[in-house]
Amino acid sequence: MNNLTQTFSSSLGKKLIMALTGLFMCTFLIIHLIGNLQLFKDDGGQSFNSYAYFMTHFAPIKVISYLLYTSIIAHAIYALVLTTKNKKARPVGYAMHNGAANSPWTSRNMGILGTILLVFIVIHMKTFWAEYHWGALPHAKYEVSLSDPQNVNSISLPFDGTEIAHADYVDVNKGVQVIVSKDLYRIVAEAFKQWWYVLLYVISMVALSFHMIHGFSSAFQTLGWNHNKYIPAIKFLGIWVFGVLIPLGFAAMPIYFFFFR
Amino acid sequence: MKLTLKVWRQKNAHTKGKFVTYPADHVSPDMSFLEMLDVVNEDLIRKGDEPIHFDHDCREGICGSCSLHINGRPHGPKHGTATCQLHMRSFKDGDNIVIEPWRALAFPVIKDLATDRSAFDRIQHAGGYVSINTGGVPDANDILIPKVIADEAFNSATCIGCGACVAACKNASAMLFVSAKVSQMALLPQGQPERYRRVQAMVEQMDKEGFGSCTNTGACEAECPKEISLSNIARMNRDYFTAKLIKEEVHH
Repeated sequence: MNNLTQTFSSSLGKKLIMALTGLFMCTFLIIHLIGNLQLFKDDGGQSFNSYAYFMTHFAPIKVISYLLYTSIIAHAIYALVLTTKNKKARPVGYAMHNGAANSPWTSRNMGILGTILLVFIVIHMKTFWAEYHWGALPHAKYEVSLSDPQNVNSISLPFDGTEIAHADYVDVNKGVQVIVSKDLYRIVAEAFKQWWYVLLYVISMVALSFHMIHGFSSAFQTLGWNHNKYIPAIKFLGIWVFGVLIPLGFAAMPIYFFFFR
Repeated sequence: MKLTLKVWRQKNAHTKGKFVTYPADHVSPDMSFLEMLDVVNEDLIRKGDEPIHFDHDCREGICGSCSLHINGRPHGPKHGTATCQLHMRSFKDGDNIVIEPWRALAFPVIKDLATDRSAFDRIQHAGGYVSINTGGVPDANDILIPKVIADEAFNSATCIGCGACVAACKNASAMLFVSAKVSQMALLPQGQPERYRRVQAMVEQMDKEGFGSCTNTGACEAECPKEISLSNIARMNRDYFTAKLIKEEVHH
């Protein structure tokens, strides 16, 4: 076996892949949250729809998105491989085992939390990602007044078979900039009006929180980056930013649409 | 004290075991856990029964022979102690105590509560040593080692190889043990020439023995009678990845 395949098939190598893919997905969470904050903007979805177009059509971001899909799949597959191997390492279990005495609950249930997240990702991508790429999406037309950019007239257009994802032109006669784009915003707003969908999101974000509280700092431990000088910062980020702030931000979106829109 | 013991009895590695309940009626709170088992065994011998097999040697917490998974925890409820230094005053009169052997594929049961922990020895044989004869005694200050580094290496070296880390880990991972053995050498100048070869060889042997892999639950650190720190695992990972991905130790 050559050096690299040997490295990545060792127990430590598999953990390295878990850590790297996990951290990559963590950085994605930040971008995803910041971008989606535009859902809170009261502009009929204009900025959100333009953002959706940018994220799906700007080449460098497309490259990163394929890296992200690979990460999700690799993280799930390696988790399954490691868990199977770990179960084999103890064929006869204890009659009495007090796990709570020596380790936090989250650290012992990463597999369950991860499974909830994987199911969530599949449903989430089916509703929005697949729909945006291949679904019969309605379009939204925004007429922004050239003399007063705050004055936006938004018109909802039904699906008419056109494949245009985004168009942007200036109508000088009318004195408006016209933006036509696939109306993902409407799909989001409709999805977030269903109580079970909102519930699924909130439960998944609780799972995300617990997954992050253990996972983020755990990845650094696996990589061997555990200097006393920066460990407190990593612990803080893992718990308060990735474990609290980000899941709260994501959960706020369906809740906002369900109750206040 | 009167106690009820639920003890795992297994004839040998090839037969299926089961729990057997024994009363322990003449227990003094000042007895160690192993002494309590001695008393129970004396009763069993007097009755003509097979005594309970369990590993023990020094009985002062330094040899790493004693094991026992007591009431769901390796080495029982006390922090930083081996079973031999666990005293019966840690239990209450009338308690039920469940005693199991270490459970891991790599630690097969030999008989009752005694397990075969030679997997640890084979990991040590793979590289847990400095393979140079020591030669003459160097001058006292010839090799300077900062105090913190010396202390850190010493802390790692206090590992007695009892296997509580494996027993406590939900994945039966041996990474705390292996990392302590890697660290005690990796931190000191004498361990440098073989540092990167050592970590690769020991990790490879660890995987071969069928131990699970670490999920950073911290159970090993919490249950270790010698309080070996999780930072050893990070150090081992660092050395392993450095060895595999950065350091060149081959001729061109």
